[in-house]
Amino acid sequence: MSDAGSATGLLVETPVIERVLGAALQRGGEFAEVFVEDRHSTSAVLDDGRVEELSSGRDRGAGVRVVVGETTGYAHTADLSERGLLAAAEAAAAVARQGGGGRAVALERRESVKRNEVGQLPEEVSKARKIELLVQADEAARASGNAISQVSASYGDGRRRIQIANSDGILVADDQVRTRFSVSCVAVGDTGMQTGYESSAFTVGFELFDTVDVREVAATAARRALVKLTARPAPSGEVPLILESGSGGILFHEACGHGLEADHIAKDASVYVGQVGEQVASPLVTLVDDGTIGPEWGSFAVDDEGNSAQRNVLIDKGVLTDYMWDYLRGRKDNRGSSGNGRRQNYRHLPMVRMTNTFLLNGDAEPDEILAQTPTGVYVAKLGGGQVNTTTGDFVFGTVEAYLIEDGHLTEPLRDANLIGNGPEVLRRIDAVANDFAMGPGTCGKDGQSVPVGCGQPTLRITGVTIGGTAGD
Amino acid sequence: MSAAEGELLELAVRIAGAAKSGEELEVYVSRGVETDIRAYEGEVESLSSAASAGVGIRVVIGGRQGFAYAGTLDESVIKQTLADARDNATFATADEHVGLAGPDGVAPTSLDLWDDEVLRTPSAAKVEMALELERRARNADVRVRQVAFADYGDMAAEAAVASSTGITATARRTVSSVAVETIAGADADSQTGVGFSAARGPGELDLDKAVADAVERSTRMLGATKARSGKCAVVLDPRVTSTLLAVVSSALSGEAVTKGRSFFADRVGEEVAVPSLVLVDDPTDARSFGASTHDAEGLACRRNVLIENGVLRGFVFDTTSARRAGVVSTASAVRGGYATTPVAGCRALLLSPGTLGAADILSQVGEALFVQSITGVHSGVNPVSGDFSVGAEGLMVRDGVLAEPVREVTIASTLQRMLQSVLHIGSDVEWLPGVAAGQTVAIDGMALSGS
Repeated sequence: MSDAGSATGLLVETPVIERVLGAALQRGGEFAEVFVEDRHSTSAVLDDGRVEELSSGRDRGAGVRVVVGETTGYAHTADLSERGLLAAAEAAAAVARQGGGGRAVALERRESVKRNEVGQLPEEVSKARKIELLVQADEAARASGNAISQVSASYGDGRRRIQIANSDGILVADDQVRTRFSVSCVAVGDTGMQTGYESSAFTVGFELFDTVDVREVAATAARRALVKLTARPAPSGEVPLILESGSGGILFHEACGHGLEADHIAKDASVYVGQVGEQVASPLVTLVDDGTIGPEWGSFAVDDEGNSAQRNVLIDKGVLTDYMWDYLRGRKDNRGSSGNGRRQNYRHLPMVRMTNTFLLNGDAEPDEILAQTPTGVYVAKLGGGQVNTTTGDFVFGTVEAYLIEDGHLTEPLRDANLIGNGPEVLRRIDAVANDFAMGPGTCGKDGQSVPVGCGQPTLRITGVTIGGTAGD
Repeated sequence: MSAAEGELLELAVRIAGAAKSGEELEVYVSRGVETDIRAYEGEVESLSSAASAGVGIRVVIGGRQGFAYAGTLDESVIKQTLADARDNATFATADEHVGLAGPDGVAPTSLDLWDDEVLRTPSAAKVEMALELERRARNADVRVRQVAFADYGDMAAEAAVASSTGITATARRTVSSVAVETIAGADADSQTGVGFSAARGPGELDLDKAVADAVERSTRMLGATKARSGKCAVVLDPRVTSTLLAVVSSALSGEAVTKGRSFFADRVGEEVAVPSLVLVDDPTDARSFGASTHDAEGLACRRNVLIENGVLRGFVFDTTSARRAGVVSTASAVRGGYATTPVAGCRALLLSPGTLGAADILSQVGEALFVQSITGVHSGVNPVSGDFSVGAEGLMVRDGVLAEPVREVTIASTLQRMLQSVLHIGSDVEWLPGVAAGQTVAIDGMALSGS
């Protein structure tokens, strides 16, 4: 991370924060926290052959949280003056009805561990250079085939400086820089229109484009659209499924990640309640949530409650080892946070969220897994997904998939949703390869979106229901 | 216009007045307050209260558009935001179609979308509603194991837009709602159901309806199994219909159509649906939660007929997409707040109701899957190709009545074919939060994938 937000330049000075925390506790609060955020972002879109718009924005503000017993009060403000912060503190403190109490808070600055150095802050790069990337991507996508009828390319960067202080005396800051690039294409053929999408996104600065060629991102998006012009309807019913490495980490994010969030556990709203120590997956499955992996999309130095990012093993060789925790859920269970307390921005309360969630490598060769699968569906890219943590039922959409016949990929398939049950699917994984890869995603929960990473090696599931229309 | 709206408009007009010659300048300012309360096991789990405000500025210079926003109404920040928007405009490609709206002579419909009770009701009373909701849900049925959430929420938002092209408009609205999710259990089986009630103000909320909905939806799913794969008719719950209309609406946006991203493109005048289907977007209907006096560019909202007797009549346009299509704006610019630019979109869709209620439709259809909820809409419905495949849960319909529960199946088709296969459109219109109302709808010939 850049130096700007760590050793120097707190967004709000320490004595002010101490007074605000004092005010937040004055009605008898047991815990108080001030979260300050200053966010700059830039985005640019090229669509229909034109640079449509360059947009820049700034949002800054603070949220004050007060915890009394089982109750949390929260208020936020865009006014970072002491007066504005004190007003938010008083509003948040209003949940503490018993009154009285109150204590002074003395803060001690804690340095956050740097995860990676930002090579080039996006704000220091000219807008013209960012636009140039869009033009390159548009040209590359259109050069991929005459059937490409529409291209939209999108560039975005964001710098998020945060500062967290709480009544335990912690004061910590982080400076999070993220950069992303995506392309979506439409291809037109005799069978109608098809779409393709590809993105690249990392917790890095503009140096992203030293290693990522936007023309390749564009060509991948175009290829996905073109391939589907000749696609046949996906099968309908239960099939063996191979997920290509890096194509479908979202499956584990949805199928079990959400069910391992301690807030769902606390409310009995997860199929994994009471399962720690139990065999919940095939022995081939080791699942990790790790916010410390330098440049990945879901990484950070400290979470939005001021705790350092951690590597947490959730499932070890099929055995459930632990859930993911934020401050509040940890407090109720007399344990610490696991560095999973995150929020979309200062307008929201933090909650238990994943960071980068992935399945570790196995021993198999990806080619062998395919060769040993007589029939089934091969997924080269999954789209979004959704889960009901209480039942474990999930869905996710395919955006690039092929039919497997006699151990070979044959025809491309039109988009369809896969549906399954988390615990069942985890038990049905019978082959895991050694070719791990990750990708970026956006996770939505309770109305809040945060950047996450997902990953897995190539693997096979013995049976998943695919919702195509083949047979019509 | 309220005093607060007047204040916002004055600010917007003053900034828009800074337009230089040869420059079009639009200023959108908004301000809002929100309360969110969650109850759990008889206690307040969280209470959030917040006020926020922001400004979004669009500049068009020689067909080039730039945009910038800031989450504050601080005038020194607004000045910097304007400078950023101007600078951003220099990087866009010149496009003769890009421009701001101008007054079009249509007078706004007078709508009352504001209930002072949202602001007047003390927090303590709102807290009591959340606690009461949780209490009633917990005690409603012995099979309710847990109340996953019981929430009260409200918001009051005011906005003003002014431009150097002569636009001055304000809009304000309140929304108040309760929502509850129950987890019903029997042995090792757990099933969930969500119920809610939404209105302009807290006094109109129906807690019992929210609880009854959640309890019915969770308890009737107990014992659900996969169904066998095959072709079948589906009967969609009003909420599912509303969700699907919202997806269809993205293919009716002038933006998608003019850029070749809609399966409806070039089909105006053609029969795209069964003759009984009439689809209208009417934000001047105050019963709709998407109702508004003005669109996001400050034009008076109006009723737009999109599909009439199965024939595609037109699309919804904002100013830029209308110019690209060679038509005029239908006053259908929408925006997600001050931080985004306006785009063409629907606000208040309604299928003209038929004559049959939900029970009559079940009895007419005889054998079908009644779909209580769907999942994977964003990953499984493609408004460009029309491909449709979503996860579904609900109950089988046998001999015209609801029978055994079904989960972990998908239903698939294409949107094009579904519109041509509508069997019945119910009379049971429900006004739901979002861009579309819903009612019971039956569709034939869907592919069900299960075991």
